Amino acid sequence: MKQFSSHIENIQRLSEKTGRAVKLMEVCGTHTMAAFRSGLRSLLPSNVLLLSGPGCPVCVTAGDYIDRAIVIAHEPNTLVASFGDMIRVPGTDSSLEEARAHGARVLVVYSPLDALNEAIRHPKTQVVFLGVGFETTAPAVAWTIRESKRQGVSNYSVLCAHKTIPPAMAALLRSGDVKIDGFMCPGHVSVIIGSRPYEFICRDYNIPCVVAGFETADMAVSIGILLQQILNHRAEVVIQYSRSVNESGNAEAQAIMNEVFEECDDRWRGLGMIPHSGLRIRKQFAQHDALTIFGNLNIPAPRERPGCICGAILKGTQLPADCPLFRTQCTPETPVGACMVSSEGTCAAYYKYAKYTEHHESASKKG
Amino acid sequence: MNQHQKKDEVILMSHGGGGTRTKSIINDIILKNLGNAILAKLDDAACITVPESELALTTDSYVVQPIFFPGGDIGKLAVCGTINDLAMQGAEPRYLCLGLILEEGLPVSDLEKIIQSMGRVLSATGVSIVTGDTKVVERGQNNGLLINTSGMGVRCPGVDVHVSNACPGDVIIITGSIGDHGIAVISCREGLKFESELVSDVAPLWDLTHRLLKVIPNVHCLRDPTRGGLAAALCDIARTSDAGIRINETSLPVKREVIGACRMLGLNPLNVANEGKAVVVCQQEDAEKALDALRSHPYGRDACVIGVVTPAPAGMVLLETEMGGERIVEIPSGEDLPRIC
Amino acid sequence: MCLAVPAKILEIEGDTAVIEINGVRRSGNVSLIHNPEIGDYVLLHAGFAIQKWSEEDVREFNAITEEMQKLEQT
Repeated sequence: MKQFSSHIENIQRLSEKTGRAVKLMEVCGTHTMAAFRSGLRSLLPSNVLLLSGPGCPVCVTAGDYIDRAIVIAHEPNTLVASFGDMIRVPGTDSSLEEARAHGARVLVVYSPLDALNEAIRHPKTQVVFLGVGFETTAPAVAWTIRESKRQGVSNYSVLCAHKTIPPAMAALLRSGDVKIDGFMCPGHVSVIIGSRPYEFICRDYNIPCVVAGFETADMAVSIGILLQQILNHRAEVVIQYSRSVNESGNAEAQAIMNEVFEECDDRWRGLGMIPHSGLRIRKQFAQHDALTIFGNLNIPAPRERPGCICGAILKGTQLPADCPLFRTQCTPETPVGACMVSSEGTCAAYYKYAKYTEHHESASKKG
Repeated sequence: MNQHQKKDEVILMSHGGGGTRTKSIINDIILKNLGNAILAKLDDAACITVPESELALTTDSYVVQPIFFPGGDIGKLAVCGTINDLAMQGAEPRYLCLGLILEEGLPVSDLEKIIQSMGRVLSATGVSIVTGDTKVVERGQNNGLLINTSGMGVRCPGVDVHVSNACPGDVIIITGSIGDHGIAVISCREGLKFESELVSDVAPLWDLTHRLLKVIPNVHCLRDPTRGGLAAALCDIARTSDAGIRINETSLPVKREVIGACRMLGLNPLNVANEGKAVVVCQQEDAEKALDALRSHPYGRDACVIGVVTPAPAGMVLLETEMGGERIVEIPSGEDLPRIC
Repeated sequence: MCLAVPAKILEIEGDTAVIEINGVRRSGNVSLIHNPEIGDYVLLHAGFAIQKWSEEDVREFNAITEEMQKLEQT
């Protein structure tokens, strides 16, 4: 506790020295959640703004992906296995939770291994795993695809919607929409990809980056490091989360990702098409690609809900309080956009944790 | 020749028909393990005499899956849960009604184990099941068995606990560790299974409550934090009392296995169900006596103060985090799902 | 997609290990880390070990996480 208060004092001291409002973006949804849950936001000085970026994979998964998953779940002898995060995400008309209530077979799993084991145990059931997540999760899913091919588990497939973070950060910066003074980079994505992929941000945009851990002390230290760099007019990638992250990342994990997946352009909900930002299953694993297996399904055309500003929120250009639907039509019980459904989503986090301090933040943001 | 000489191994639709098979369930399993003078009459309704007092009535249905979990089963849960609802109202539990909905295919030995489990709790607590009903439905998705128990208790004179009674300045006590039951149940769910020494905390709380009420008859609120966890119970109290609640994260008792499982699955112990704990709200000056009384009982050994009732913000529960920050505690919307994000 | 927890390897057989977090045991896949050994600490995400931790890393983690009041299962 003593050490932590010294981190907060450090932040206060450095932010005073900057003499201005400082906008820091934490890219990862887990950072958003951790910051709120720990009460870190309530301890930051009013001129340090912590924006939430597009690092919430559930939030950025396109609506038609959910629609496709729901249609698949209704197919005979088919089971859709998914991380819990996805179950309540709204598609065009429905969610997996609602589909289950209407008789679709949907199983919440902790790991893609559980889905693969389900397929092995029930050879007559087509088990489709919803592959959602960034580089932290993609290697695990890749492993199950390769293993299912090796073992001949023909009834296991993945509906792939994996995305990669650095291209999204690049797109954000290219758009010029947001003026960000520093990035808190996703800690566990970086375990896999290392810290080198963020170097272009420092080099081309002169913005400092810190790869941060998820404990409150990790984040407090990271904010201090960013403020120090801003004061010194430096822009470097610093690894705060050295327990887990190194410059080059996890070679085994990268290798299996490259073996099973290939890069593609991908559509991010609310952000549009981002080049090279998606992963798709390579042709040699096509028999485990749910998109190939269920190729002829009738999926309704995607439709964004009017009024929903999830896109702007994901870019960090607006706050939940700026959305006309926030807390009126869009609540955790009745989510309109995925930013509210996902427990990592900015809107869900704000709804749960920030009622008390929100008016302070939207007031200071205008400054 | 008696066609039922061979004992049935599984429940069949005809067990619900009211004929000889139904009677064999009632005689060989229910009366054998739960029998008492009133139940044995097998009348359409149980007739009981009650003193001139305020009666408490409650009902609850139990649909937990799986029906056997570490530390308990659906039967134990059904008896304890209803006993506890009465206890939380300051009422001594006396009689229960039992409704069983059996699924075709349920092993009879499972039914027997569950009824025996109920019988053990009833013997230990002196509560009786005095009437009941059995139905059989087609095989479905419910792992074999659903239970409803309704209960009747007698209010302790001079005790007036209500969820609306919390006053600014009151102290908030929890009788033990949070999250044990919910995590124990999740540990056996398909897709999420893990092993640990953790068991459900399911337990009947009247004895513990009675010990508390004897020393502090003017306890303000009692609530068992079941579905929705401690968060839901505190939010109910704050809203209904129109007062604020402030709890301290470092004072919350949580078993290390619960912390481990919650970290792994992305759950919050505050939102996880408990079936053998109570939230006690009492005046500041009664706190020491309350803790002594609770800690003197096996189910209250780890009782501790976790927070206070405040005048503002009314209706809201605030948590002071271990880092000295602050956040709002909300009731989770819907089932708290394990996440990886 | 970042929820990962430190865990200890108790047993290993091929790609599968029994890992433990605070007394909670599960199977985990260790094929994404180099030379996993019994007694190693790993970072676990969605059932896969994605990084090894040294004893010092574990000490640092324990030092900065002030856990809620813990009770031993009796």
